[in-house]
Amino acid sequence: MTVAASTETPAFRIEMLWRDERYRSGFIQAITMMILMLAVAWLVNNAVENLAALGKTFDFGFLWQPANYDINQRLIDYTSRSTNARAALVGILNTLLIAVMGCVTATVIGILAGVARLSKNWLVAKLMTLYVETFRNIPVLIWILLTAAIVNTALPAPATYRGLETGPVVVTNRGIYIPTPNFGDGSLVLLIIFALSVAAILMVRAWANRRQEATGEQTPMLWIGLGLLVVPSLIGYILLGAPITLTYPELKGFNFQGGIQLRDSLIALWVALSLYTGAFIAEIVRAGILSVSHGQSEAAYALGLRPNRAMNLVILPQALRVIVPPLISQFLNLTKNSSLAIAVGYMDATGTLGGITLNQTGREMECILLLMGFYLIVSLLISAVMNLYNERVRLVER
Amino acid sequence: MKLTKLAIAAGVTGVCVAGAAHAATLDDVKARGQLRCGINTGIPGFAFTDQQGNWQGFDVALCKAVGAAIFGEPKVEYVSLTGKTRFTALASGEVDMLSRNTTWTYSRDTDLKLDFAGVNYYDGQGFIVPKALGVTSAMELDGATVCIQTGTTTELNLADFFRANDMSYEPVPIETETEAKEKFLANACDVYTTDASGLAATRSSYPNPKDYVILPEIISKEPLGPAVRHGDNDWGDIVRWTLNALIVAEEKGVTAENVKDMASAPGDDPEVNRLLGTEGEYGSMMGLDKDWAVNAIAATGNYGEIFDAYLGPDTDIGLERGLNALYTDGGILYSPPFR
Repeated sequence: MTVAASTETPAFRIEMLWRDERYRSGFIQAITMMILMLAVAWLVNNAVENLAALGKTFDFGFLWQPANYDINQRLIDYTSRSTNARAALVGILNTLLIAVMGCVTATVIGILAGVARLSKNWLVAKLMTLYVETFRNIPVLIWILLTAAIVNTALPAPATYRGLETGPVVVTNRGIYIPTPNFGDGSLVLLIIFALSVAAILMVRAWANRRQEATGEQTPMLWIGLGLLVVPSLIGYILLGAPITLTYPELKGFNFQGGIQLRDSLIALWVALSLYTGAFIAEIVRAGILSVSHGQSEAAYALGLRPNRAMNLVILPQALRVIVPPLISQFLNLTKNSSLAIAVGYMDATGTLGGITLNQTGREMECILLLMGFYLIVSLLISAVMNLYNERVRLVER
Repeated sequence: MKLTKLAIAAGVTGVCVAGAAHAATLDDVKARGQLRCGINTGIPGFAFTDQQGNWQGFDVALCKAVGAAIFGEPKVEYVSLTGKTRFTALASGEVDMLSRNTTWTYSRDTDLKLDFAGVNYYDGQGFIVPKALGVTSAMELDGATVCIQTGTTTELNLADFFRANDMSYEPVPIETETEAKEKFLANACDVYTTDASGLAATRSSYPNPKDYVILPEIISKEPLGPAVRHGDNDWGDIVRWTLNALIVAEEKGVTAENVKDMASAPGDDPEVNRLLGTEGEYGSMMGLDKDWAVNAIAATGNYGEIFDAYLGPDTDIGLERGLNALYTDGGILYSPPFR
C-alpha cells in the first residue's frame, strides 16, 4: 500500500521547473525561445517604426514601372522602356549564365589541377601547388579586378584593327568577338541529322558495353563515335547546300559588329571565378583521391589496368563519394561570388535589381529582399540537384 | 503568413537599426561634437585629398561652412560615398547631410524622401572623347561604347538621349570615378559621360588633357546641391541658409578676410548686419549662435572665393562661372533675402 503511494507522481511545484531534471531541460528551452522571440519582435518593431518615420512604404509596384536604363548584355529582349521586373530578369539570366559557365570550367580546372598535384612529376606537382596556394589565399574580388585590368589594358582596342584584315575571331579589350551562325533553309534538317547521330552514338555505346560484359571484348568507341558525329552531318551539310553560314565580326564605326561578343566584363569575371573556385575544387579532388585506400590502386594494377584506366575505373568513382558533398559548397560559393560582378561592370542580378533599380527607385528594402530570395532559391536548387547526384554515386550498402 | 512577414522584417531590421530617424539632427550633431558630411569618393575640384591627406574641394567647402556655422569652427567628419551608397547612407543616418554633386530631381525629392537644400552648382551632362576619334558632335556617337557611373541620373539621361535620337550604344556601368578613368584611358570605352563640370575636373587629371575633347552638346539639366533627410525641416534650414549665406556674402562683398572686421560693428547695409549677427537675433531662429554666418564665411570664404579656389579659371579644372555667376553678373545664382 505504502509502496504504491511512493511511486505516484508528487504534486507539481513551481521550483521543480529548475530543480527537477524531468522539467529542467524543457523549461530552459522555453525561456530561450521566449527571449529569442522577444528579440526578433523588438527588431521587427524597430524596422517598422523607422520605415514609417522615414515615410517609406513597403510596395513592390515599382517593379512594373519602366526601368529607364540600358543593359549591355541581355539574353532576352530588353530596352530602356522595359519594366524594372524585366531588367531584374535580364540580370538574373546573366547571373545564371556566369554561374553555369563558371561551375563547368572551375570543375574541369579543379579536377585537372587536383589530379596533377598528385602527379609523380615533381615540376607538375609543385606548379599545381603554387596555383592552388596563390589563388585560394587571395580574395576573389582582387582576382576579378586584376583580370579585368589585364583584359582592358593588355589587349588591343578595336580601333587598332582599323584597316587590318581580321579573321573569324577578334580579341579586343572590349571582349572577344566570335562568328554568328546564320540558319538558312534546311538547317532544321541538318540539326535533326546531328541529333540522330548523337542518339546513334549513345545506342552503339550501350551495345558495346553489353558486348564487353558478355564477351570481354572492347569496341573502339572513340573512332566509331567521332565517325558517327562528323560524317552524316558533313554529308548532310554538303547535300543541303551549306545551309548554316557564319557571319564574321567586322569593324564598323566604333566597334566590331556582326559577331557574338563575349564582353570583357564577362571574360574577366569568368576567368577569375573559375581559377579561384578551381583552386578549392583541386584540393577537394586531391582529398577525395587520397581518401581511396592505397590497396585499391594496387589491386587495380595487379589486375593489369594501366594507370589511366585505374584512375578512371577504380579510384575516381570511389573518390566521387568524398568529392561531391564539398563540391556542392564550391558551386554555391561561385554562384554567390558572382555578385561581385558590378566591380567590373557585368550586369548581374546584383547590378540590375540590387544596383541601378534599387538606386533609381530608392526601394532598398524591397530590392534587397527580392535579391536575397533569388540567391536563396538558386542556391537551394543547386544543392537539390547536386544532392540527387550524390545519392546516385553514394556507396549502396547491402 | 504572419510568420513569413515576421521573418522578412527580422532579416531587414539589421539595416534599419542604425537608421533610427531622429527629428532633431542638430541636437545629435551637437552631442556628437562634429558634423558627418557625405562627400564624393574623389573627383578633382569637388572633393579630393590634399598633400596632407585632408579633404578639400568645392563640395567639401560646404560641409566645412555648415560645420563652422554650428560649432564656430569646421568640425566635420567626412564620409566618402559612391553614387550607389549615398542615399542609403543619408537615409540610414550614417551622414547628416550630403554634399556630393547630387542632382536635384523630382523623384529623389519625393519618393526617395530627400530634401534638397538648394543648388550650389548648375550643371548639365556632357560627353568627353579622345581627340583621335575625330568626333565633333554627340550626334555622331551611334554604336559607341559609353562608360557611365552607375546609380546616377546620368545613366537615365544617357538612355533617353540615345533613344530620342534613335542611336544605339553599349553602356559600361562603372562604380567610381577612378575605375571610369582607367577604362576610358585604356580605350575600353570610346566615350565617358557625366556632368560637364565633372568632365572638366576629371580631364585635368588625365596624363595628356589636351588629347581629349568635351563635346558641345549638353543633354540635361543637372542642378547639383546639398541634400538632407526628409522630415527634419529645422536641420534642412541650417544647410539651406548656410549655402545662401555664402552666396549673399559674395553679393555683398563679404570675404573670409574682411568678415571679422565687418562683424565687429554694425555697418550701413542692414542685410549684411542681419547676416553677420550685428543686428537682430537671426542666429537663434535656427538654434545657432549669433555669429554663425561669420564663422561659416571665415572658414571657407564666400561662394565666389570657394569657386575660384577649387574650380575657377586659375585652377587646373578651369571652369568659367557661366550659369553659376551671381544674378547681378549674368548668372542665375540668387539667394532669398536675409530678413
